[in-house]
Amino acid sequence: MATPPPQDIRLLLAVLAPLVGAGLVIASGRRPNLRETFSFVAALTLFSLVAFMVPDVRAGKTLHFTLFQLLPGLSVSLRADAMSMIFAVSASFLWVLTVFYSAGYMRGLKEHAQTRFSACFALALFGAIGCAFADNLLTLYLFYEIVSVCTYPLVAHHQDEESYEGGRKYLTYLTATAKGLILPSMVLIYVLTGNLDFADNARTGILPPDVHRWVVTALYAACVLGFAKNGIMPLHSWLPSAMVAPTPVSALLHAVAVVKVGVFSTVRVMLYVFGVERMDALNLGLPTAYFVSFTILLASIVALSKDNLKARLAYSTVSQLSYIILGAALLKPTAIEGGLIHIANHAFSKITLFFCAGAIYVATHKKNISEMSGLGRAMPYTFGAFAIASLSMIGAPPVAGFVTKWYLLLGALDARSLGIVVVLLASTLLNAAYFAPVVYSAFFGKPSAADAQHHYHEAPWTMVVPLSITAIISVAIGLYPDFFMQFARAVVP
Amino acid sequence: MPQPSEHLPLLSLLIFSPLLGAAVAVLLRSERALRWWTFVFTLAVAVASVPLYAWFDTTTADFQFAEHVAWIPALKIRYALGIDGISLLLVLLTTWIMPLCVLASWRYITTRVKEFMVCLLIMETAMIGVFCALDFVLFFLFWEAMLIPMSLLIGVWGGPRKVYAAVKFFIYTMAGSVFLLAAIVALYVKVGSFSIPETMGRPYSHTFQCWVFLAMFVSFAIKVSMFPFHTWLPAAHVEAPTAGSVLLASILLKMGTYGFLRFSLPITPYATHVFMPYILWLSVAAIVYGGLTALAQTDLKKLVAYSSVGHMGFATLGIFTLTAAGIEGATLQMINHGVTTGALFIVVGIIYERLHTRDLAKAAGMGKTLPVFATLLGVFALSSLAFPGTNSFIGEFLVMSGGFAYSKALVICMVPGVVLAAAYMLRMLQKVAYGDTRNPDHSLVQDLSLREILALAPLLVMVFFIGLHPEPVTRVLHASVQHLLEQTSRPAGYAYVPLP
Repeated sequence: MATPPPQDIRLLLAVLAPLVGAGLVIASGRRPNLRETFSFVAALTLFSLVAFMVPDVRAGKTLHFTLFQLLPGLSVSLRADAMSMIFAVSASFLWVLTVFYSAGYMRGLKEHAQTRFSACFALALFGAIGCAFADNLLTLYLFYEIVSVCTYPLVAHHQDEESYEGGRKYLTYLTATAKGLILPSMVLIYVLTGNLDFADNARTGILPPDVHRWVVTALYAACVLGFAKNGIMPLHSWLPSAMVAPTPVSALLHAVAVVKVGVFSTVRVMLYVFGVERMDALNLGLPTAYFVSFTILLASIVALSKDNLKARLAYSTVSQLSYIILGAALLKPTAIEGGLIHIANHAFSKITLFFCAGAIYVATHKKNISEMSGLGRAMPYTFGAFAIASLSMIGAPPVAGFVTKWYLLLGALDARSLGIVVVLLASTLLNAAYFAPVVYSAFFGKPSAADAQHHYHEAPWTMVVPLSITAIISVAIGLYPDFFMQFARAVVP
Repeated sequence: MPQPSEHLPLLSLLIFSPLLGAAVAVLLRSERALRWWTFVFTLAVAVASVPLYAWFDTTTADFQFAEHVAWIPALKIRYALGIDGISLLLVLLTTWIMPLCVLASWRYITTRVKEFMVCLLIMETAMIGVFCALDFVLFFLFWEAMLIPMSLLIGVWGGPRKVYAAVKFFIYTMAGSVFLLAAIVALYVKVGSFSIPETMGRPYSHTFQCWVFLAMFVSFAIKVSMFPFHTWLPAAHVEAPTAGSVLLASILLKMGTYGFLRFSLPITPYATHVFMPYILWLSVAAIVYGGLTALAQTDLKKLVAYSSVGHMGFATLGIFTLTAAGIEGATLQMINHGVTTGALFIVVGIIYERLHTRDLAKAAGMGKTLPVFATLLGVFALSSLAFPGTNSFIGEFLVMSGGFAYSKALVICMVPGVVLAAAYMLRMLQKVAYGDTRNPDHSLVQDLSLREILALAPLLVMVFFIGLHPEPVTRVLHASVQHLLEQTSRPAGYAYVPLP
């Protein structure tokens, strides 16, 4: 056995920052300003620690930290490599903005149980960062489950019939798949290989070559479906139900942390447990790509039929998440790059859209798209940001989503799969079909008679500033995709 | 590590000092003094058991701290004691659970306090004795001695249907004991000795092994409350007072699995191999059945009781995979179940003391006014469903990996049980900690007192200690489990023949 890599304390501190933050939030009790300060400091600390690790990872280093040795070959340990940085940087940066935004939102609506809300929020980030930095399947599973449990109180925040129902569905889907599929797969992988550590590259995987192909295929299918946070159909329906949560929750958790934990885990396992070569040899890539294509198209079609803005965004999320898995499943360098970078691209754009939905709700108490006609003139910043983020979802240059689509298309051509090219083009049209009308009617539609009486204004600045920032960043990473791209390139063998 | 036990009969001291404590308790007058005396005394016994761990030699599979005295020479009955890694953990679990039981009964028991405490202390003697005895007669004595105080705990201090539950418990266990006794006599006739180590590894005929195995199996399966021998368990648990439920779940059920490990495997290895597949599938049935029934319960105690059926299914499954991982996992699972389910029964007792109901719907929404309680409940519920990072996860992980070594189909069939465990525990946790707070109104209910926190804190520590750092616990098991596997492994002459 090789000498253990040196322990890098920054990893531990990064994971602890949200946990300590949650503790302080609980301790702050009923002092809202102190509570928000603690959340903000925790978020800022986390982001600084992650940023502090960027140069080392950029230089090609992989940082390690082992927390607990459970059994031989089984430990709770952390690593920061290129792939973790894509997720960690976007999640930690967006948490900072969300702290501001949710303070504005929760106070604006005078929500109840704000301390529990902030604490669970921080704990969810604890889970998400843990997943980003997981060094083995066990650690990934541990933090994945922490995210499931800690976000339940957020989903069921309103504690009424609808939210209990949404929460129940949420927890049922996520824990049943994790316990029923991931846990046995993990044990079997441990029995087959003697440990659960991720490979140090995306090529080879960790399964020994003599494992029967059907066993590998079954394990692979269980892992792709088992991380149900990735929203692949048919196990996606928890996601729209979870939209009963307050909007900041939907924004950060269901556009960034929770669902990204799902896709990140899926891709991590695809690349670092099974490995590109193994998947290629067993011909697992293209079938997966076609399987998720189904989700990409169907979810977009469902999104078309939704009038509730958050529901439409939810189905858009389901569809967009599958791009990431599609990219990894094509097994071509350009496609994998496109998939991975979409973790960040989608995060910044989708959070903008959710921020806008929340801002519209706080300012006007409107949830349905059909009622938003003409609102763009009253809320130019909000709807301007919405328009930019929509363009990113559609994949128009120069916004972030374009970069994803470009690389995915290159990858699809590389894989000589015309079917996937058609899927990507069709989904682009569908994206345009369900986003463009929202923007169009907001700016050019006629306000209803009742709305004409009202003089709506922008939401509080704590909400408008974060959504403007994320919209600007969506453009920036479209123009300069290199920051995230360098990490994505480093992942690909 | 030198063992000073040659001069100090540590096991005998541990076994019989609770009887002394009981004798003193008889003399005490005030209830307050009785509670304090029993608490301090059981705590002292717990502390006195720590040297067992400190002086335990992990490199050998021999019985340690051994004591041998001729007792009834005419029948070759000896007073023989000794422990290996497996019994060590169970003895420690017993001694440390006792003071917590006393704490959990502080307010709960208001009538006949003296008799209650005396029963508890006699129980302690019998329980430690069972895990230490190396002579069949001595073992059987302790095994039966436990029955009477336990029946009294249920029958005197229990709920509305206490007499029914106590009688059912007594009859079931007694019936099982008869089979055990038959097996012991049969072995004595063959070997001419009641010594447990001497009966191991003998070339018994296949038929003989199968009969002895079956007789012991009935007895132990009833004790484990293995499906379909489990029906006494929910009744006993529901009616028993908190301390009774804790002892029943944490210690008594383990005697069955301990019996499998101590007797069935090393004494009748051939029969073990013959019956192994049936018991494995029975265990899977128990895991799924326990999960399904627990999911249907509205009584909190019944819910935890049925979860025990499932959890003990993991233990029997691990044992009969006959792999190192499986048996170590099963032993860990026994300890974990003692810690976690014991804690859950204390928690349910806490709810009952406050609301005088165990109805899940009436306990809804307690989290709002009792945050400390809700947090502790959350940790123990997560531990019970084997959340990663908690104690049960390690046990289940090892048992599952042992199961995979036997058959993949077995583990796949057991997975629904694992999912159900998450379902019923999260359902309970959701209702109690997070349910609708307006109806019923719990705003006047007090959060945990210091005494209640103290009763749960050690278990809380163990949940995370075993969950994140199991090495100190698994360390004492390796040699014993390895030796057990060697004893059970098929000798060369064995051919697989179907049952006669």
